[in-house]
Amino acid sequence: MKMQTTFQGYRRENGRVGVRNHVIILPVDDLSNAACEAVAHNIKGTLALPHPYGRLQFGADLDLHFRTLIGTGANPNVAAVVVIGIEEQWTRRVVDGIRATGKPVAGFGIELHGDHDTIMRASKAAKEYVQWASELQRVECALSELWVSTKCGESDTTSGCGANPTVGDAFDKLYAAGCTLVFGETTELTGGEQLVAARCRDERVRADFMRVFDRYQQVIDRHKTSDLSDSQPTKGNIAGGLTTIEEKALGNIQKIGRKCVVDGVLDKAEMPTGPGLWFMDSSSAAAEMVTLCAAAGFVVHFFPTGQGNVIGNPILPVIKICANPRTVRTMSEHVDVDTSGLLQREITMGQAGDKLLDMMFRTVNGRLTAAETLGHREFVLTRLYESA
Amino acid sequence: MIHCVLHDPHDSVAVVVVEDVAAGMTLTGLVLDEDRTLTLACVQDIPLGHKVALKDMAVGETVIKYGVDIGRVVAPILRGQHAHVHNIKTKRW
Repeated sequence: MKMQTTFQGYRRENGRVGVRNHVIILPVDDLSNAACEAVAHNIKGTLALPHPYGRLQFGADLDLHFRTLIGTGANPNVAAVVVIGIEEQWTRRVVDGIRATGKPVAGFGIELHGDHDTIMRASKAAKEYVQWASELQRVECALSELWVSTKCGESDTTSGCGANPTVGDAFDKLYAAGCTLVFGETTELTGGEQLVAARCRDERVRADFMRVFDRYQQVIDRHKTSDLSDSQPTKGNIAGGLTTIEEKALGNIQKIGRKCVVDGVLDKAEMPTGPGLWFMDSSSAAAEMVTLCAAAGFVVHFFPTGQGNVIGNPILPVIKICANPRTVRTMSEHVDVDTSGLLQREITMGQAGDKLLDMMFRTVNGRLTAAETLGHREFVLTRLYESA
Repeated sequence: MIHCVLHDPHDSVAVVVVEDVAAGMTLTGLVLDEDRTLTLACVQDIPLGHKVALKDMAVGETVIKYGVDIGRVVAPILRGQHAHVHNIKTKRW
């Protein structure tokens, strides 16, 4: 099958291309969730992104907080942003970070105003943004301008032989087309890390990858109270037939296909600097990883599942791929692409990859994913350590 | 019907991909990397997604899947039996 080479996207002020046109109401901290939700209630077509953090964080943990919030606002799936924080200075820091993209953004501090006045002023700004955004048009964009992320969840053994290699086949094709791609899940490479290392572009990237991998193994050694088999694999993984972390990892890395090369290593929520396949140091928890992908600027996500993870994201369309015939039957409302035919030799891996790419094109052109229609908007910030 | 799949011809376990695989059945296995099939006598009930042993394995042996080490045998396993957390453990952590 000849792959399409263009799609219909929203070209943003900085040249990046989005596939959704959200106006988001972004809290800087937990205290501002209520005001953000009130604004989103007042102004139809906006989306509040409540979260539990943003107070008394410091150092690298605070940097990651700001990088995630700014990256989320800067994501090209977002047309405009209203930022609300308890106080002026940190609110301005988030606003200035997003403003660097050139997109409309306004910030409001609650102190000295109270919720009522803040909600009123922020609602006025949000209304202007929504009406402005509603007139933006999709334009033809090159496939190479698409940024695609992947992370799997509630994996079982069918993930490794069906859903994950489907993503791998699609990633091989998108890599050849010049797209920007990312995978992560540092712990869930344990047992397959040597295979990922062997796929790194050069010695520098390999050293970066192994440094990040070894660092997290040390975190595990420091904090573990058992061999981690209560957590990795998860209870759901084990119910689905996965026995060890090694087996899970080998299934996991099927997502990077057979031809792509790992071109670089990213910190959490860090934006890639060029096309190719990137490894992001990240948790393997679904909502954390997908939130980090969105904050790094990715605009569509491939999420293979075995036992049926139901995750979505507020701004990043999450396409679910499943090859487990029972999950496809019992949780069909969550599955965008059924590749269970692979396990009965009804379709080839190449056909499965093409089926996913067809759904990717439909999704980036505007079709809502299962997670979007079901209202899954998991926005989960990664924390590095305790607040001060 | 394909009852189980394995990735690499050297794998010592295969994944059951249909429901209701029971003791006494003859299973058809698909070798994904070679697109050929094999048959296997199943001696235990094995749930969808769980693994069936393709060979006898002694305690301490390495279990191979995807052609790679996925852990060690901690209780003897016979060909056709259910291979999972009760007889295989990680070598990590």
